[in-house]
Amino acid sequence: MAFVDDLGAALDKTPGGGIILTSLDAVMDWSRGKSLWMMPMGTACCAMELIAASFSRFDFDRHGSIPRPDPRHCDVMVVAGTITRKMAPAVQRLYDQMPDPKWVIAMGNCAVSGGIFYYDTYSVVRGVDEFLPVDVYIAGCPPRPESLQDAILRLREQVSTDSIAPGKSRALKSDLPAPGSPRKGEPSTPGGDAG
Amino acid sequence: MNINELREHLCSEYPDLCPLFSVEYGDGVLVVDASRLHDAASDLRDLGFDRLGMVTAVDTGDEFELVYRLQSREMHAGIFVKARVARDIASIASVTDLWPAANWQEREVYDLFGITFEGHPDLRRILLTDDWVGHPLRKDYQDDRIIRRPDYI
Repeated sequence: MAFVDDLGAALDKTPGGGIILTSLDAVMDWSRGKSLWMMPMGTACCAMELIAASFSRFDFDRHGSIPRPDPRHCDVMVVAGTITRKMAPAVQRLYDQMPDPKWVIAMGNCAVSGGIFYYDTYSVVRGVDEFLPVDVYIAGCPPRPESLQDAILRLREQVSTDSIAPGKSRALKSDLPAPGSPRKGEPSTPGGDAG
Repeated sequence: MNINELREHLCSEYPDLCPLFSVEYGDGVLVVDASRLHDAASDLRDLGFDRLGMVTAVDTGDEFELVYRLQSREMHAGIFVKARVARDIASIASVTDLWPAANWQEREVYDLFGITFEGHPDLRRILLTDDWVGHPLRKDYQDDRIIRRPDYI
């Protein structure tokens, strides 16, 4: 990462380097976004949907999202399930072992907020964002694999805004509807983002 | 072996355990004194209950009730053994020497209820972290991290 960061910073400072930088960004983001290998942090029933997602019916291999058992191979940690206070240090440790750049998807209500274990529970962490930087949240108990697919595509959009120059980001271009954008067939409102 | 045959078998072999036997919801229950639990468990194992299915506890508010589920492959029968210990004592003899399966079960009861088992080879927490304070399944457990559910949910 250090070399890529230095290259990005140097290109950013060089006059005319922005042309090369944006082209490089496009290549990097394309390659990163289309090979988001998953660290399946499955601790509860959401893991069943996560397993189903990688089988042939939903076939996440076509998105380039392959579940890998080793955190050192992975780009995105999918936290699927309830995280207890005893499990949290292990999750943190696995996250720390993942190489940069890395992302986190909180899959299911338990990983988002503690879910049904929010109240009257002594042992459950109320949302994995208490100790990890979560990029995409998926609601559901458990969410269907389509929701996970949506999360992967959303994350790919987010990855597409990254620049290899530190502190820079690119404009988001998306074919997916963003929150607030009109649905297909609806007239676009003046305040809304016509897409 | 149905419940009546089990009662007759128990009474013929161990007459001193016979008056402690009762039937609750179709299951045989043996309520013993906490000081005699190990002897009774030993007798029951000799009777043929070769499998310890479960060890758990109930916090009744005044005292703890230990519940042991014993099963017999030979007799095709099961029995509950219950023993009550006072809350301030919270200690009972371990049955690990009779059934090795009791090891982790008693550690769990110790972890969540704070009942110590005398003679247990390795009595430490099993489910919660080692630095946990208190025993969460006790009725008087206090923890600032618990958010109480509001009435409207």
